[in-house]
Amino acid sequence: MKKVEAIIRDEKLSAAKEALKALGVAGMTVTEVKGHGTQKGITEVYRGRQYAVDLLPKIKVEAIVDDKDVKKVTDAICEVSRTGSIGDGKIFISSVEDIIRIRTGESGEKAI
Amino acid sequence: MRKLSYIFILMFVLMLVSSQMAWAEDVVDTGDNAWILTSSALVLLMTPGLAFFYGGMSSVKNINNMIMMVFLCMCIVSVQWVFWGYTLSFGADHGSFIGGLGAAGLHGITPDSVSGTISEYTFVAFQATFAIITVGLILGAVEGRMKFAAAMLFIPLWATACYDPVCHWVWGGGWAGNMGILDFAGGTVVHINSGAAALALVLVLGRRKSANIRPPANVPMIALGAGLLWFGWFGFNAGSELAADGRAAFAWVVTNTCTATAAFTWVVCEWIHRGKPTLLGLASGAVAGLVAITPASGFVGPLGAVQIGIMAGVGCYFACVKMKAALGYDDALDVVGVHGIGGTIGAFATGLYCTKMVMGPDGVDGFFIGWSAEGINQLGLQCIGFLATWAYAFVVTLAVAYIVKATVGLRTSEKQEDAGLDLSLHGEAGYHLESEAVGTLK
Repeated sequence: MKKVEAIIRDEKLSAAKEALKALGVAGMTVTEVKGHGTQKGITEVYRGRQYAVDLLPKIKVEAIVDDKDVKKVTDAICEVSRTGSIGDGKIFISSVEDIIRIRTGESGEKAI
Repeated sequence: MRKLSYIFILMFVLMLVSSQMAWAEDVVDTGDNAWILTSSALVLLMTPGLAFFYGGMSSVKNINNMIMMVFLCMCIVSVQWVFWGYTLSFGADHGSFIGGLGAAGLHGITPDSVSGTISEYTFVAFQATFAIITVGLILGAVEGRMKFAAAMLFIPLWATACYDPVCHWVWGGGWAGNMGILDFAGGTVVHINSGAAALALVLVLGRRKSANIRPPANVPMIALGAGLLWFGWFGFNAGSELAADGRAAFAWVVTNTCTATAAFTWVVCEWIHRGKPTLLGLASGAVAGLVAITPASGFVGPLGAVQIGIMAGVGCYFACVKMKAALGYDDALDVVGVHGIGGTIGAFATGLYCTKMVMGPDGVDGFFIGWSAEGINQLGLQCIGFLATWAYAFVVTLAVAYIVKATVGLRTSEKQEDAGLDLSLHGEAGYHLESEAVGTLK
């Protein structure tokens, strides 16, 4: 089992959700995050005072998938989230030791 | 017998007729009284409006503190006004400097007392709202670093030592009004007074750490506050006519015209200077226009108002954006730039644009109206008025600030400033917008 953690642009969330649904990914967790990679920040101006805002709002989508599905899930996310400009985001893949479904107590791959 | 009955008939007729006549000095005109009572409510609404204007501009960790300090002015100055503020401002003159204490506690004033064509209590009410907001204006400068006990002490001390005398000078029978200095609704009494005071106070208080200078918490709240101020200001200016007449309506139109022009001018300035116009800029420009037209609103015409609006929009824009950075004082919410400078621009411009067309034949034609010595003389008087107010307010506020510093202390600790005053001083956060339980009942 792998955790796919995708940090994508704010405005790409609905596209990403649709893509995951189309692939049959049952569940996901979405968080609002701030951060940056190489994307430069912006400057906000309030009455002549300038504020450097370099932590930019992004969306993090996490989903747990079977090892065999990782490539098609990441390909799908990349395709709908890519714009070609700096700031498109990154996907992190990590191993998951175990999963438990709280309602039934099932664990392992059955609980995905 | 015939002559006597003629006399009786004549007396009877005279009595009938006289009961219908209103001698302006003796009788309350219900229209005037109603308008000024309404204006009193409008002007009082400006103080909560100011609280939101400043609150929205504050860092989110200080938003409650800022709004609370401004609301506190309503609490403290309302009572100070009744006890001694009104009498010091408008009581029997002492040395052209201050009123006496004859009407302390509003002693001697009854529901039947008359002032001009309104009830004297109406006048007391209306003027109270001016005192309240003037003190409130200063507090925008101290965002994020003033002890609450210091604010509680500063407010009544400043109202007494600074507001009441200057009010007396201009409107209460003191030297400025007697000299012919024109200030219709408070360019000197309210705006220069508070602007100069803010400068003095922040010099004693000191700057914030740069890490604690944050963007505004809530820009829509700033706009809401500015809208309430714009609305209430019609009571401030048109109500200062103290009558529900054509000149009050004139003051309304002049006020609105200047404000609209100033807001638009600020937007244009900012667009050219910074590349993008902002909502904060529009709201600030509107307030700058309101400030600048305040001393002029009963004396200048609408075309003069447009020009004053442009001056205020440009002048206050650069005062906020350039002057503050150049001079280095930490006036957090630009009280000096908007009220101090805006009030000065307005006070001076009154000498340029005042016109007998509005003021009547006993009035003055300003320099840009009459192009004569009369206008130059008036400009000179206006300068004396604003220079004296700047000097007095600055010095007296320094004294009050030092008194507060020596007694209850003025500034919060660095830890308190870092954590934000809402939690440090009040134990009360502005918002709990998360859905998960952030505070659970003990």
